[in-house]
Amino acid sequence: MSRKIYPDAASALAGITFDGMTVMSGGFGLSGIPENLIVALRDSGAKNLTVIGNNVGCDHHGMWLVLANNQIKKVLASYVGENKILESRYMSGEIEIEFNPQGTLAERIRAGGAGIPAFYTRTGYGTRVAEGKETRQFPNPDGTLDWYVMETGLVADISLVKAWKADTEGNLVYRKTARNFNPMIATAGRITIAEVEEIVQPGELDPNQIHTPGIFVQRLIKGPSYVKHIERLTTRPRPAAQENN
Amino acid sequence: MAWNRDQMAARAAKELRDGYYVNLGIGIPTLVANMIPEGMTVTLQSENGMLGMGPFPFEGEEDADLINAGKQTITELPQTSYFSSADSFGMIRGGHIQLSILGGMQVDEKGDLANWMVPGKMIKGMGGAMDLVAGVPRVVVVMDHREKGGDSKFLKECTLPLTGKGVVDLLITDLAVFEIDRRGGGVKLTELADGVTLDELRACTEASFTVAL
Repeated sequence: MSRKIYPDAASALAGITFDGMTVMSGGFGLSGIPENLIVALRDSGAKNLTVIGNNVGCDHHGMWLVLANNQIKKVLASYVGENKILESRYMSGEIEIEFNPQGTLAERIRAGGAGIPAFYTRTGYGTRVAEGKETRQFPNPDGTLDWYVMETGLVADISLVKAWKADTEGNLVYRKTARNFNPMIATAGRITIAEVEEIVQPGELDPNQIHTPGIFVQRLIKGPSYVKHIERLTTRPRPAAQENN
Repeated sequence: MAWNRDQMAARAAKELRDGYYVNLGIGIPTLVANMIPEGMTVTLQSENGMLGMGPFPFEGEEDADLINAGKQTITELPQTSYFSSADSFGMIRGGHIQLSILGGMQVDEKGDLANWMVPGKMIKGMGGAMDLVAGVPRVVVVMDHREKGGDSKFLKECTLPLTGKGVVDLLITDLAVFEIDRRGGGVKLTELADGVTLDELRACTEASFTVAL
């Protein structure tokens, strides 16, 4: 068995969690979240966590479980709606939230994982997001100047990601829009743990189609099951069936 | 008289051009997806990481791994591609998406937009709105002209925290359409909604504008 594969989520997290650590977690809303690893993070009991991800789960799902267990001190996210506990703890000052524009958050994580300490973006210039940050002008192709804000790269003690399939070397393939923040978060963890729906042998994934190379994945589990809760089930009526007579 | 939600979306749909890659925000902008003119090819981007968004799935065919930026279940098309959120915002910030249509709480005559927070109330977050208005070359805002209490939402200067400074090119309200010069060249009124008079519009608009009907 590959040295990266662990029997379950609890053993994959054993010995590497600690109070005050920074955890990144993939997913957009509840799509593509590492749902088994999040439960194990809750059960680890690690406290005073700084959690980085696009969202912090929503009521009763995802990272909400860790939040409801009083383990989170600070959040970096772009959107935290549909989460009553987070709302009340933020308004009471128990939890700090640093709001990041979604693209800035994605790029901060990408940069952190790629060894880039900071970068400039036009996003947020002239808004609260730029307060206290370095700003400077850069030229456009037509010679005019635009203002940019310096944003810093982000890294984590532990990154938790969800992919569709992995091989035993930790090469990952994501499925549809469940990819979202997972590829960048996989690169930005000092230890990255991936959970997948299926682990296959090397050679069974097309090397041309690997989304996250195994170098970024230190630990790997096959999730025993997936709930994949849908936040906003939206459908359209089927066209009326044709009568067959 | 004023435009209803569908009429506002239909007016926004007139901003589409053949071959455009477009990002639609939540609310009235989403309705624009159903109003793409026959024969025109428009590719819809979802900023969580998808180009070529299809319609909502038939009941029973929904897939938790396939959602739009509003977290609704959707479908793919033959030409669909998926990518990371970093690549997605590279498209947005890099100016590769031609048109962004989104909602607003306040717009001012310098093209500033506020649509993400009200001080003292719970902040949900800006999501991708700040990146979209900073990176997309043409930004269209669709919003009601007035607050529920009747106050103008098109102002001399936004009072709410900004989403972007000097970012709005076109404002479509239930009463009128305004072209805004985001470099500070002022505002032109270009259309009035059906049954709305210029005097009625002036009476409920704080921003100053020239008339180019």
